[in-house]
Amino acid sequence: MSDRVASPRLASPSLASPSLASPSLARRLFGSRPRRPPAALVAGAGLGVVLVLMPLAYTAFQAFGVGLAPAAHLLFRPLVGELLVHTLAIVVATTLCSAVIGTLAAWFIERTDLPGRHVWSVLAVVPLAIPAFITSYAWVSLAPMFQGFGGALLVVTSAYYPLIYLPVAAALRGMDPALEETARTLGCGPWDRFFRVALPQLRPALFGGMLLVALDVLAEFGAFGLLGYRTFTTEIYAEYRTSFNGPGASLLAGVLILLCLLCLAGELKVRGGASYGRIGRGTRRRPARYALGQATLPVLVGFFMLTAVTLGVPLSVIGYWLGQESATAISPAQVSFGLLASATVASLGFGVASAVLTTLLALPLGFLAVRYRGTLITLLERSAYLAQGMPGIVIALAIVSLAIHALHPLYQSALLLVVAYAILFLPLALVSVRAALGQAQPSLEESARALGLNWARVARRVTLPLAAPGLGAAAAMVFVSVVGELTTTLLLVPIGTRTLATQIWADTSTLAFAAAAPYAALLVSISLASTWLLTFLFGASNVLEST
Amino acid sequence: MRPQRRSGRAVLLGLLSAVGLLAFAGIWPVASAEAETLTLYSGQHEQTVDLLVADFEKETGIKVRVHSGEGPEVANQILAEGADSPADVYFTENSPELMLLEEKGLLAKVSAAALASVPGRYNSPGGYWLAVLARESVLAYNPAMIGADQLPPSMLDFADPAWKGKIAIAPSDADFLPAVAAVVALKGKDATLQWLQGLKRNAQIFDDDEAVVAAVDRGAVATGLINNYYWDRLEIQQGAAATHSKLYHFGHGDPGAVVNVSGAAVLKSAPYPTAAQRFLVYLVSQRAQELLAGSKVNFEYPLRPGVKPDPMLKPFEELQPPSLDPARLGDDSDVAALLQEAGLL
Repeated sequence: MSDRVASPRLASPSLASPSLASPSLARRLFGSRPRRPPAALVAGAGLGVVLVLMPLAYTAFQAFGVGLAPAAHLLFRPLVGELLVHTLAIVVATTLCSAVIGTLAAWFIERTDLPGRHVWSVLAVVPLAIPAFITSYAWVSLAPMFQGFGGALLVVTSAYYPLIYLPVAAALRGMDPALEETARTLGCGPWDRFFRVALPQLRPALFGGMLLVALDVLAEFGAFGLLGYRTFTTEIYAEYRTSFNGPGASLLAGVLILLCLLCLAGELKVRGGASYGRIGRGTRRRPARYALGQATLPVLVGFFMLTAVTLGVPLSVIGYWLGQESATAISPAQVSFGLLASATVASLGFGVASAVLTTLLALPLGFLAVRYRGTLITLLERSAYLAQGMPGIVIALAIVSLAIHALHPLYQSALLLVVAYAILFLPLALVSVRAALGQAQPSLEESARALGLNWARVARRVTLPLAAPGLGAAAAMVFVSVVGELTTTLLLVPIGTRTLATQIWADTSTLAFAAAAPYAALLVSISLASTWLLTFLFGASNVLEST
Repeated sequence: MRPQRRSGRAVLLGLLSAVGLLAFAGIWPVASAEAETLTLYSGQHEQTVDLLVADFEKETGIKVRVHSGEGPEVANQILAEGADSPADVYFTENSPELMLLEEKGLLAKVSAAALASVPGRYNSPGGYWLAVLARESVLAYNPAMIGADQLPPSMLDFADPAWKGKIAIAPSDADFLPAVAAVVALKGKDATLQWLQGLKRNAQIFDDDEAVVAAVDRGAVATGLINNYYWDRLEIQQGAAATHSKLYHFGHGDPGAVVNVSGAAVLKSAPYPTAAQRFLVYLVSQRAQELLAGSKVNFEYPLRPGVKPDPMLKPFEELQPPSLDPARLGDDSDVAALLQEAGLL
């Protein structure tokens, strides 16, 4: 169901390596193919990359501008050490818990005769469509005891374990059963076969998923904010609340970026160059499913509990608060049809505008990456993926400061927020755009050219129709992500505009749980419906094949 | 692909694009500011501001657009924007943020009519901002965990090792700063730092006053320093029967009983200064102050004489705050540095 939301991102760390074969500089820059990319295309691709690098460069510039002594004073204060411990603890714990739950769920669904596998396989990914800060609102309003580390672990694990489930399930589906059968003939029991044969083959998928979970937890703000769990992200926001764009915030942002880059580097190192591809030709059999037998009931109970915790509780708590209406809401003034409608329109509008802009920015980058080779192109593409390692709050903070000081006409405009979303979700769109363009064979375009069409007509009549489903999927994924985005929205939303996400935040952070419920219900419905539509319109295969 | 399915998709896609375009158009009119639209930068609770703005628009026909944030954040934003700031009015919960802007010379004088509507001692000493509402610093406690007779006479006692683990604070909440400023004003910087270091050892730390009062109420910690406002809101939300905490007032001029002043100012750079002054006059009018007092949304003391506060509140004249005027509470800069030094920020 919502698998497309996450899976394309998995492909990003594993991009094709540059070809450095040809000797001359020009050929090294523009590749071994005789054709050079048109300058306009490179410029178009460069635009997206410049946008992505801008907040990063500005954060570095601001952090360096603080001066050595004040920086040391701000960085080596007791609080930063505490934050480091808190942040690392929750990142490690969530990544491990998600890895275990996601892998187990995938294994039971893909490799056993678990009853209701199809239903479970959908239910295991639906939590991705519910923003973590809504899950956290549900738990906190249920009982405040969920504040703190335990609650934080519960909420973010249930929000992010699908990021592990998806790639691992895909890897399990693609695995050649021959290896396990060979191991069996050599006397390996079921446990040995899992740990010594299946698990090593899952490594790339598992590590890719764990990287995503770690990055998402590092960037998570809303869930921790409501749960009262302090991490770098919540503290950057706290600094922002006490000093707007002071030096403290940009230094903490610098530390957070470093942590994210460490994650990216760590994943590259651990994954290494190992290859688990099949070498044999011929058709692969479907892997055998293990009979659960006596274990069926406990496993089923496990899946029921998982679904109850990740979906049942959040959705029913929102339902409960919906029913409470203004009787116990602190702020009956907050819920009116007009406000609901205008917040919904704003959320949808930002979603659509950002989806269009992000896909447009990703197009030249994806086209370059698919059709041309060279160091410059690899460099451009890799830089675009850097945004994936940058938390929304860092991007938003840099953009606010940039706008005030350098881009004043854009300050507090809707356009600026749309650009910020585009920077944030460019990597997400790029993966599907790249895959979509890859499906349009160059030979078809060449035939069209040979038949006398100019490039514009080739693009309209050949390339775009072939790539359309993938482009649509890219836009739709950006749309879903924007609608559920909180941090960047909070910092950059134009004066007087309220989105569903900012309304939920305003109400929940002042304990007005009942007042937040209609907004939360609307946001979750939009998110679920658009994810379902995404599957219906663009098909499961379009984007999944890119991973 | 079967043609039938294809046309179904085309219709859906068409519908979606239509909805998208409509929504897209919906977010843009914001840019086209009509004549005389007041821009309000607010550090007050959104629910309170919503109530006031709706009523002001109804009364005067002047449109107001609101930018909300935490008080110090918005004040520093105005500083960063400088003369280019689009803000007409700044309305916030605590006086230090207003003092900061007054010192930087960013505020215009408030009209005499507005200033005269509230007791002068709460207003800006220079007449650059207007006091609108007041809140009391208080202690929330959980009677199941600690008896009222065991509560200390002064907020300063919480630095004592006996209180380890029994006190909750929210140092990054703007409402905590005036209490610290009161300690600085009454006891000096060194004593304040010592007190804060003791608090750091003893206290459970939360993000905001809402979290502190919730923690006390559920029994996670025995006591918590908050503004009265948050406990009142919690009780309204949960109902008296489900509320397990109570309020304790320090009194006797203790810094823990400091009264925080919510105030408003007109910016020197305001695009619509006349409408801005009119908004300030409205804020301290009988109509606005009575609206807030009876709202069950805002639990601050109206400062206009003769307007009765919500009956849930302890009568204003029975409070025993330290005698500190806004000028002596300062502009938060010392306080923030002390909090950082003590490891609380």
